[in-house]
Amino acid sequence: MSAETQSSAPKFRIGQLIYDTRYRAKTIQVIAGFIILSSIWWLGANIAGNLSALGKDFNLAFLSNPAGYDINQKLIEYDSKMSHGRAALVGIMNTLLVSVLGCIAATFIGVFVGVLRLSDNWVINRLAAVYVEAFRSVPLLLWIVFIFAILSEALPQPRDFRGEDATASMQLFDSVAITARGAYVPRVAFTNSISGNEVVAVKDGIVEVASGGADWALIFAALLMGSTTAYWLKRRADRMQSQTGQRPLTLPLQIMVVVVPTALILWFLGATMVQPYLKGFNFAEGTFIRKSLLALWLALSLYTGAFIAEIVRGGIMSVDNGQREAALALGLRPDKVMRLIILPQAMRVIIPPLISNYLSLAKNSSLALAVGYMDVRATLGGITINQTGRELEAMLLLGLFYLVLSLLIASVINFYDRSKQIQER
Amino acid sequence: MTVPNKPAFVRTEILPAKAPPVRATGITLWVRKNLLSSWLNVILTSLVLYALIRITYGLWPWLANGVWEADSLAHCREILAASGLGPTDGACFAVINDRWHQLLFGFYPSELYWRPILAMILFLGGLAPILFFSLPRSLLTFSCLAPFACFWLLWGGSAWVPLAAIGGLVIAGLAIRVLSKWLSSTLAVCGGIAIGLIFYLIGFSSFVSFAEGIFPLSIQQVASREFGGFMLAATIGLSAIVLSLPLGILLALARQSDLPLIKWCAIVFIEVVRGVPLIVWLFTAQLLLNYFLPPGTSFDLTLRVIIMVTLFAAAYIAEVIRGGLAALPKGQYEGADSLGLSYWQATRMIILPQALKISIPAIVNEFIGLFKDTTLVVFIGLLDPIGVARAIQATPEWNGIYWELFTFIGLLFFVVCYAMARYSLHLENKLRRGHN
Repeated sequence: MSAETQSSAPKFRIGQLIYDTRYRAKTIQVIAGFIILSSIWWLGANIAGNLSALGKDFNLAFLSNPAGYDINQKLIEYDSKMSHGRAALVGIMNTLLVSVLGCIAATFIGVFVGVLRLSDNWVINRLAAVYVEAFRSVPLLLWIVFIFAILSEALPQPRDFRGEDATASMQLFDSVAITARGAYVPRVAFTNSISGNEVVAVKDGIVEVASGGADWALIFAALLMGSTTAYWLKRRADRMQSQTGQRPLTLPLQIMVVVVPTALILWFLGATMVQPYLKGFNFAEGTFIRKSLLALWLALSLYTGAFIAEIVRGGIMSVDNGQREAALALGLRPDKVMRLIILPQAMRVIIPPLISNYLSLAKNSSLALAVGYMDVRATLGGITINQTGRELEAMLLLGLFYLVLSLLIASVINFYDRSKQIQER
Repeated sequence: MTVPNKPAFVRTEILPAKAPPVRATGITLWVRKNLLSSWLNVILTSLVLYALIRITYGLWPWLANGVWEADSLAHCREILAASGLGPTDGACFAVINDRWHQLLFGFYPSELYWRPILAMILFLGGLAPILFFSLPRSLLTFSCLAPFACFWLLWGGSAWVPLAAIGGLVIAGLAIRVLSKWLSSTLAVCGGIAIGLIFYLIGFSSFVSFAEGIFPLSIQQVASREFGGFMLAATIGLSAIVLSLPLGILLALARQSDLPLIKWCAIVFIEVVRGVPLIVWLFTAQLLLNYFLPPGTSFDLTLRVIIMVTLFAAAYIAEVIRGGLAALPKGQYEGADSLGLSYWQATRMIILPQALKISIPAIVNEFIGLFKDTTLVVFIGLLDPIGVARAIQATPEWNGIYWELFTFIGLLFFVVCYAMARYSLHLENKLRRGHN
């Protein structure tokens, strides 16, 4: 029978589109493609119809119109005469600022608590568990609102710092003032700035100090070069150790290449510390960290820290106990066992979920809305929409920003996964 | 003379073991081992205990002096002043006593509170056979019907609406069964879905009004805007999780599919939804959904939020189920193929039952996250617990109250989420141990 069908030229029948596995995949995809395209067409037609019914069009030109609103925290130059696009950029910088600060703090908290959670001290162990469960089981929004309220209620007003019988005082040798409005911390200024001068009042009369982007870029470049050289020194030491068994002097050299050029540049620029001081009913000078940023930062890092603590604990526990025993049997000291045997293996388990927690922290920073922090949702997705009525375009751009951010972070995870995968067979 | 070799005394029985020293037993041992094992631990323990005592000492009066019976914050403070205390020396828990029903049910009519409570009981009853594998499998039928009953109890109206919805599903199921006698399974599934859709689009409303005319089965209708408090959070969270499960399963299967077009569509949907924060999606539901629908359609904000949260949850659930699918040994897929099962048969009978079972702990974790995220709906004007708390703060009687309300809400969330997390952990351990 089979010989017969093979010899006669196969005739294509319509039924083969469904029953023949060679064609079926294509048939299904064509149908699916048709359905998807027609629903996209339907959505597009709806949007076009609705837009024309409202007398609007799809136009991104509003981004270059003057924004007309102020933003209370700006990392780049901005005033209300600048464009909506610039305002969105300020918002993006603010989102990134709180995300990066949050990721750093959350990592410290998470690693610290994760290690405490493995402590053999019962009280410490339980305390860490209570922290983790409390933060994981209560919504982040509630924590943000709660921490904001604690900051508002428990901290002194700037006026409490005044007078002979002041009820509050500054911390850290009178350099940091933590008030109910936010924290005032010292800032670095340059008397010999390469980017022009800015007159700044300091406590003892008027002193000419300034700080500019070019100065910071110079310092950053010095740090970057120093750390690259330090990394190269380490690689060289590793190579020589594996060849000769002798490790050359490294650590002092590394410290030197990082510290010396940076210190020289700081000295050349005439870096000085400008401390905040009480002026009238408020503090002046220094850097002002708003209460909204402080509350959001604290809440985000405490909340994400609880998740990271569980990841760290799980990662360390995932390393087989035999590894530790074998390392001890080889005569390694406990700190080296941790550093050379346990951590490198635990890291492979810890890093991917750690990064995806960074991602959720960045997305959760949109809860800034609860405390009035001016992130990108508040500028582009908030005031700009209210002023221009361009909700479709603005929401699309806002979504696109978050999407690009998450795809970037996701690609970091994928890259790490691929590079650290255990090579099997 | 005695025999020199013979010892003077020979013990013939073994001595009973001596009691261990006091420091090596009971509570002393425990304290030494767990609290004071090294100098560092001694210092840490005493520091922590000192801090705990300080905190308790600071908070205790506030809790102990709490006033539970009062009409307003001013009244509370009068009572505190009467016992010689300042306005902030004691908590005013009277607000919870006075407004707990709003925190739990929002503005749902108070004579109908039995309905959400009954719905919750029904839902938990339906959940039991899914969560506890030892219960008889026949109870799963009840699990399938419970969501419809809950819908009817919460929103009210005619009982024929959920009955017709069940009817549509039954028709689609029957159609698949009948069609698969003549057609391939893929075609039969498509045909069944098409017949079901035709019923929903054409026959649904006429069937409901017809049946209602013959045999009225209506209870009082409650509008969604009267939903609030924890009931709203639970309604949004639970409907989203129930509705997103089938969608999530389909998305996960699509993402694993061999057909590139379907696979890429699933990937794009999942990544776009997961890449953007929920709050942006909620604002989209509030501001933009009207753009995507035919001109003139507009529907309830709660319903929009449920749809949006469902789509959001589906993307996350799909990733969880994809993990379950990937965790199945390859032999299961190959075994199903070698038995000659079609794709849908293999998926339904071999792959999904196993993949879903190992994904349940992760699904529960997703649900915890989703339930916590329902608090975000306050930003688009729905009265979730935080929204209700703000509404209560805005009333003249309770203006200025803060900590008591938020502590109460936080505690309730904690109890619910912590219980679920423990369950998920328990299940994870059980699944890891046995192969049942």
